[in-house]
Amino acid sequence: MPVSSNKNGLKVWQRRDRNSQLLNWAGWLFGTIIFLYCWAQISDATEWFFVWDAPRIAADIGTRALPPRWGYIGTLWEPIWDTLNIATLGTLFALVLAVPVAFLAARNTTPNRYIIRPIALLIIVSSRSINSLIWALLLVAIVGPGIFAGMLAITIRSIGFCAKLLYEAIEEIDQSQVEAITATGASRWQVMAYGIVPQILPAFAGIAVFRWDINIRESTVLGLVGAGGIGLQLQGSLNTLAWPQVSLILLVILVAVLISEWVSAKVRGAII
Amino acid sequence: MLKLEQLTKVYPTGDKALTDVTLEIPSGQVVALIGPSGAGKSTLIRCINRLVSPSSGKAILDDVELTALGSAGLRRERRRMGMIFQEYALVERLTVMENVLSGRLGYVGFWRSYFRKFPQKDVDEAFRLLDRVGLLAMADKRADELSGGQRQRVGIARALIQDPALLLVDEPTASLDPKTSRQIMRLICELCKERDLAAIINIHDVALAQMFVERVIGLRFGVVQFDGPPEGLTPDVLTTIYGEEDWKETIQKVDEEDLQDVVS
Repeated sequence: MPVSSNKNGLKVWQRRDRNSQLLNWAGWLFGTIIFLYCWAQISDATEWFFVWDAPRIAADIGTRALPPRWGYIGTLWEPIWDTLNIATLGTLFALVLAVPVAFLAARNTTPNRYIIRPIALLIIVSSRSINSLIWALLLVAIVGPGIFAGMLAITIRSIGFCAKLLYEAIEEIDQSQVEAITATGASRWQVMAYGIVPQILPAFAGIAVFRWDINIRESTVLGLVGAGGIGLQLQGSLNTLAWPQVSLILLVILVAVLISEWVSAKVRGAII
Repeated sequence: MLKLEQLTKVYPTGDKALTDVTLEIPSGQVVALIGPSGAGKSTLIRCINRLVSPSSGKAILDDVELTALGSAGLRRERRRMGMIFQEYALVERLTVMENVLSGRLGYVGFWRSYFRKFPQKDVDEAFRLLDRVGLLAMADKRADELSGGQRQRVGIARALIQDPALLLVDEPTASLDPKTSRQIMRLICELCKERDLAAIINIHDVALAQMFVERVIGLRFGVVQFDGPPEGLTPDVLTTIYGEEDWKETIQKVDEEDLQDVVS
């Protein structure tokens, strides 16, 4: 209790009383000990010689990587186009699949709270818990290397993300609009089309471009595991220590991400 | 004719919102339902179109027992009960026209409504109603661009395009200024007269209710405490409905103002 009286009978106020103050200090002490212990563990496992050497090596790679090998751009157009396609198609398919999952997962639209909702949530969690690079690894093994595996990886990873944000948006709608449409004698589907969809449309558009934006970034690395796109060239150049090519690829990725960011900002601004 | 027989609603929390409400409302009669917040006014009208399902008792509209209907039958009967809401409950991101036409959803198939291909007859009626409530020029505006009074007029048009036999009106004026409140109440009552519509109007403003309706029902703790003409609302009656307060002063003052307003 922060309010107490001192020996003169005056009321005093402190943020914490003595016990919680001690507890607070003990907490900080405990946290510091854990941090120091972990730091020591990491330090023991590190070859500090390499770390101290790092600036020199980085400078060395930098001088080898610059200037970028501009002539290499000719072979990059196709992989960057593949990368964009992986991201865009993957996002589209993910959205198509995420919408029904979101409606099944939202508390106010799910047909059954005890069976169907948990299944929908399970789909969302399992899709979200695995990184798209790992999905790509699995899918390359299953459907073979190439763009299709990359697109599937992006799709599967994005379903959970989109469905989660969308079902949260569905749960936050104004219920009175739904009530009003229900009161007209509208069917279940009509209530959805008139009472719910208009309310979640801005959220849907925002989620779609946001995820597309993320997917452009993710799809640039999928090639590392053989799932198509510009990552394949990146891996090849890294393996052959072709640093001028690496710097050019990184530059191309940067420009692609910048453009996608610009486009998604424009789209979001236009819809909301 | 709407008949309620011992309608009772107990919420899962154990709150008894309505207790044995028995009423009869002949067609064409406009009834004001008054009572303190939490008296069960909203629950009562929602039990009639079953947005809330009553625990026991019957609601009967023109020989159809609403409380016994399955989901298809319920949808069919809901078309005959227009509802008007306190915060308008328009679909904010749709246009005025789409909002009005949404009153026809019960008559139109899913795909037609999805592609906004309503029958020309419905569109004509929507234009006629928008003209009647004075919003013809607003048909293409989005609902969230309108003022409170305009939105409530759209709400009224949406309820009327259903071609209902009964209007359920939940606090139509609670979010409106006094002048707009009167205009809205007048509009609702005029439209009920034009179409020989019965209506139940939940309302907080006793004086406003007295101005416009022919019958008042007072509800307290889910029990009907008063049922009679508006002149019967004496300070004693208001005390039984709302509890102890100096009613005489308030009501008479407002009443005189209102009378002048009606005359002028």
